Amino acid sequence: MSLATPLALIGRAALGLLAAIGRVALFACAAISHVVRPPVYGREFLNALLQIGWLSLPVVGLTAVFTGGALALQIYSGGARFNAEAVVPQIVAIGMVRELGPVLVGLMIAARVTSSIAAEIATMKVTEQIDALVTLSTHPMKYLVVPRLLAALIVVPLLVAVGDVIGIFGGYFVATGSLGFNPAAYLENTVDFLEPLDIVSSLVKGCAFGGIAALMGCFYGMQSGRGAQGVGRATKGSVEAAAVLILAANFLLTGVFFSI
Amino acid sequence: MTDALPPMIEMRHVAKAFGDKTVLRDVHLSIPRGTSMVIIGGSGSGKSVTLKCILGLIEPDAGQIFVDGHDMHEGDRDAFLARFGMLFQGGALFDSLPVWQNVAFRLLRGALKRPKREAREIAIEKLRRVGLTPDVADAFPAELSGGMQKRVGLARAIAADPEIIFFDEPTTGLDPIMAGVINDLIREIVTEMGATAMTITHDMSSVRAIADDVAMLHDGVIKWTGPVAEMDRAADPYLQQFIHGRAEGPIEAVR
Repeated sequence: MSLATPLALIGRAALGLLAAIGRVALFACAAISHVVRPPVYGREFLNALLQIGWLSLPVVGLTAVFTGGALALQIYSGGARFNAEAVVPQIVAIGMVRELGPVLVGLMIAARVTSSIAAEIATMKVTEQIDALVTLSTHPMKYLVVPRLLAALIVVPLLVAVGDVIGIFGGYFVATGSLGFNPAAYLENTVDFLEPLDIVSSLVKGCAFGGIAALMGCFYGMQSGRGAQGVGRATKGSVEAAAVLILAANFLLTGVFFSI
Repeated sequence: MTDALPPMIEMRHVAKAFGDKTVLRDVHLSIPRGTSMVIIGGSGSGKSVTLKCILGLIEPDAGQIFVDGHDMHEGDRDAFLARFGMLFQGGALFDSLPVWQNVAFRLLRGALKRPKREAREIAIEKLRRVGLTPDVADAFPAELSGGMQKRVGLARAIAADPEIIFFDEPTTGLDPIMAGVINDLIREIVTEMGATAMTITHDMSSVRAIADDVAMLHDGVIKWTGPVAEMDRAADPYLQQFIHGRAEGPIEAVR
């Protein structure tokens, strides 16, 4: 009995995890199947583009500029230990474009957009608005999930590109303003060092992270339990799941793009 | 002539359980076309589940549901749903849309799509029909009182002139005067549209104002059904306890 109990707990947790993965996979398949079937709700798609893309720009920009600046300081002070202060432009560029840009934008989108989508859809479920959609001959998957998913897939890579550029300029301003770097040489080193694969990997990561963020928000919102507690749990669960999946996907994609 | 037609809604042996909790055991119900049926029963007796089973929002575990003589699973789902209008208990208005777009939701997309201007005119006309002025059209649901939200929900339910209208607890949360206004509106609208109506409520003033026929749901089955005029004379002890609101009787009250 004493031996079986922990085993049973582990087994139950493993089965629960597999069941959750299965539910998310089925939800993703259903969402994708609705993407390719009419009707497409253009107004909802444009609204999602605005909410996920345009309105996320300030938080993405601020995150990137501070991170780029801090990265320049760290590389400069760390590089000074072995006389490698000059590599600041290259390492800021590669660090922002390959890794920090996509990951930080992904996490910011998880915090801002996933939570908002989950809370909105969960509240709609609790207040019977999802049932109302069905009775008005409107499929909730098409009306609520597809526009958000499509918008995130399109706009998050663009946000990542913006974040990359702003992050590089964050490093540029710190390096040229307080570390004594020549502005023209800094930019030249940055541009020369980046390769097309760096930029492609950044955009692909952005696309994947956007999809994860939107999908988790929609999934947890649609699965929400009753009442305020249900909405709270859905929101919290969506952000946790999106953040963990984004970091896991980042590891896998980094392996795919850059493993030797 | 009318007698030869099948009932507008018919439920046969419908059962539904959630886990180990059986909500509907064996529900039989028949609603003739053009009549107003009110289903009464205590909280948790399965009234909302019954209604959601007919709409296909919940799949019954057993039994069959026929609408206008056809099994509800036959034919096109959108065409099936287009026959219904529904007023939800809390209104279920879409927060992100102004009132007129809520009312005209079905007219702005899908098979019933119309030009925006025409849809707005219809929405304003329906708002007028439920006693709201056109200046409400551009407000958002959160800016309206509970009674006004109910009216907007009612306007949305009738916007596409449905053949069947469902009302889920139409007077819950309203003061007695507003409840009376909503009851009268429902009765007038159902009569003038010639629609078949199904209302679920535990408000006896609603029952007397809205119903042609009454069905009492208790313990997962229809305990009594008949014309509203016969309700007070019926011998069924469950029905009598419920309509008179007695604490003592066959229905166990939790104290």
